[in-house]
Amino acid sequence: MATVEHRAPPAHQTSTGLDNAKIAMWAFLGSECLLFGALISTYLLYRNHGASGTPLPHEVYDIPFTSVSSFVLLMSSLTMVLALAAIQRGDHHGTRVWLLATALLGMTFVSGQVYEFTVFVREGFTVRSSPAGSAFFILTSFHGAHVTVGILMLLSLATMSLRGQLPTERSTTVEYVGLYWHFVDIVWIVIFTVVYLVPATK
Amino acid sequence: MTTASVATAGWFRRPTSKRGVWSWLTTVDHKRIGILYGATAILFFVIGGVEALFIRIQLARPEGKVLSAHQYNELFTMHGLTMIFLVVMPLGAAFFNYMMPIMIGARDVAFPRLNAFSYWVFLFGGIFLYSSFFMNQAPDGGWFGYAPLSVRLPGHGMTFYSLGLIILGISSTVAAVNFLTTIINMRAPGMSLMRMPVFVWMTFVVQFLLVFALPILTVALFQMFFDRSLGTNFFSSANGTSDPVLWQHLFWLFGHPEVYVLILPAMGIVSEVLPVFARKPLFGYPVVVFSGIAIGFMGWGVWAHHMFAVGLGPVANTAFALSTMFIAVPTGVKIFNWMATLWGGSIRFASPMLFSLGMIAMFTIGGLSGVTHAIVPHDYQQTDTYYVVAHFHYVLFGGAIFGLFSGLYYWWPKITGKLLNEKIGKLHFWLMIVGFNLTFAPFHILGLQGMVRRTYQYPKGYGFDFWNMVSTIGSFTIAASLLVFFYNVRKTRKEGRIAGNDPWDARTLEWTTTSPPPEYNFEEIPVVHALDEFWHRKYVEDKEGRIVPVPSGAQEPAGEHVTGTYAAHGEGHGIHMPSQSYMPLVAATGMPLVGWGLAFRQYWLAIIGGLIVIGGLYAWALEPAAEE
Repeated sequence: MATVEHRAPPAHQTSTGLDNAKIAMWAFLGSECLLFGALISTYLLYRNHGASGTPLPHEVYDIPFTSVSSFVLLMSSLTMVLALAAIQRGDHHGTRVWLLATALLGMTFVSGQVYEFTVFVREGFTVRSSPAGSAFFILTSFHGAHVTVGILMLLSLATMSLRGQLPTERSTTVEYVGLYWHFVDIVWIVIFTVVYLVPATK
Repeated sequence: MTTASVATAGWFRRPTSKRGVWSWLTTVDHKRIGILYGATAILFFVIGGVEALFIRIQLARPEGKVLSAHQYNELFTMHGLTMIFLVVMPLGAAFFNYMMPIMIGARDVAFPRLNAFSYWVFLFGGIFLYSSFFMNQAPDGGWFGYAPLSVRLPGHGMTFYSLGLIILGISSTVAAVNFLTTIINMRAPGMSLMRMPVFVWMTFVVQFLLVFALPILTVALFQMFFDRSLGTNFFSSANGTSDPVLWQHLFWLFGHPEVYVLILPAMGIVSEVLPVFARKPLFGYPVVVFSGIAIGFMGWGVWAHHMFAVGLGPVANTAFALSTMFIAVPTGVKIFNWMATLWGGSIRFASPMLFSLGMIAMFTIGGLSGVTHAIVPHDYQQTDTYYVVAHFHYVLFGGAIFGLFSGLYYWWPKITGKLLNEKIGKLHFWLMIVGFNLTFAPFHILGLQGMVRRTYQYPKGYGFDFWNMVSTIGSFTIAASLLVFFYNVRKTRKEGRIAGNDPWDARTLEWTTTSPPPEYNFEEIPVVHALDEFWHRKYVEDKEGRIVPVPSGAQEPAGEHVTGTYAAHGEGHGIHMPSQSYMPLVAATGMPLVGWGLAFRQYWLAIIGGLIVIGGLYAWALEPAAEE
């Protein structure tokens, strides 16, 4: 690798020794916890609040299907780690491969979610059918929107890498996008467990 | 080819103007952003105040006919929204922006462009909310937006409410993340946490509250918006299976920490002002800090005291009654610490001090009436009456606004370089505190007599007439006091006394630099050795233990400053400051477009707005680091 002469930014001595962006990302993720906390609480309150003639969430869930798409999303955390490892050792080709693999797995997950939504709607479980429907669809689509934002960031990183704008010194950018991506995954583990797997009891 | 690349370079070139409109539109300097926040908040204070005057004119006499019921609903809703989200929060943010980085010895906040973005999103959020007036669709369901009423109200008013508060929430969340990072990571060498001024500590607590409370409100607002536009069933469903109390839980789980977001900055300011004007260190600094932190934690466990009359049951009501009484303890601790700070001090009754003392007195009254709400049977009697209105105006106006005005008078010379006129300042204070008590003290009586809040008329013959008239006279007295303040500002601008670096003989780092401070704040980053660092640079104890000034010339011992990468050469040449940028403004302009598009279902407009936001953020990420 050619030695790139880069202007080193003035060495900001931070109070904690940590990068500002890292602290900001953690603070933002803390905020996101409460966002999903409120959405999940709403779902827990409403999961048995149906309406006559429309199904309750647990009557429409396809657990095997959602298990597969959850597995896909979990694997994307693995590829994200591999992307970070690649850029940290200066392997830019590998970085792009793993970034794109992560994005692709994310897209598979979102496509699965869209498919799942269409099936539910056909069975009469919609965002308007009952409070349970509203709570389910708004919670899962907020999560889907977060995955989509993550995919956009991954694709942007891959493009930057292709144009040589992502040198090894900027590997922290990949690290922080990774923090976000892992967070979105972990939230899904909670949603999958609490929303899909825990049986509804009257 | 060449022209194209030049054009691209031109698009991405960072702006550099230091004067005129463009310098303000592209600024990333925390001090300028602080001034923008402050000026905008004061403008909204005038607007919200005029709304209050209309309310008071309507209520001056029984069966008032100045406003229709609908107009009254719009005015009291917008008055509340304005004062909370567009006045007290941004005035606090103005001081966080301007003072906090200087007080911790930093050159700017952690993310200067993000800081500009917060301001522009706040401004456009405010414009978005107020644009509803021009479309005759102002929010009319109260600032608390209780469901299912807020979901079923016709028109677009509560749609503006939900979208407007989401936009303002984005602004505050971004700012909070930025300030948190700044306080955690940008402190000068030696500025350990327990050497931070109390104002910085209270800023820190407030940012935690914002980061964790705002997303809860955001969720509730989205749910309200979807109920109104998509026909979801969160708060209102045809067959009655949704739970309207959900809104109240989510709203007050945000809303009570929000109360401390509003009051803690004022408490921080008072804790800065009292030691300077009593010429004593703050009594029990660690206790004041920890009681602030305790308030920050306990603030999460008291929200259902807003809901005693909802019918949660005796167990929940008792639990929240107890937690509410407990949270009065750290608040009381602060008040006793302030009194102990004054005790035995040589007090100067300058205008910042008067406003701080006014804050303590008025906030104590409001705090005590707050404790009476904690007693559930008592609250059953008071709920939805003017007694509650009296309580929260005593804490939010008597507490927060008086505290913030104390900050304005205290830091005005630092920000502008000129001291506000003392005589006029005292006139302002006395008019304001008399007007304030004339306006809001009668509410206690009216409330206990049973006068119901949120109604646009009251009938004759209930004994409400006299105190309502007194209150209306009081509200115009407050308005007059503000005119006095504006006259003072104008006079000071023309012929004010030059302040110098340290007009009050103060104790904290912001007074070590010039007034106004240079763009880079400090020529050399200060090294901090103690709490009240600046005081210790100015005074020492002599052999008999008396406090004497340090002989001039010896204030700043040699070799006590970090040079290194920020090595100053003369007047700040060579100090690396962040470049200005168009992008925060550009990205923020998209936000109200998205709002209008969603409110009126003109989805093309929402898409254009969304593309502007995303495009602005991408250009932001890609623009070169600095103009070389």
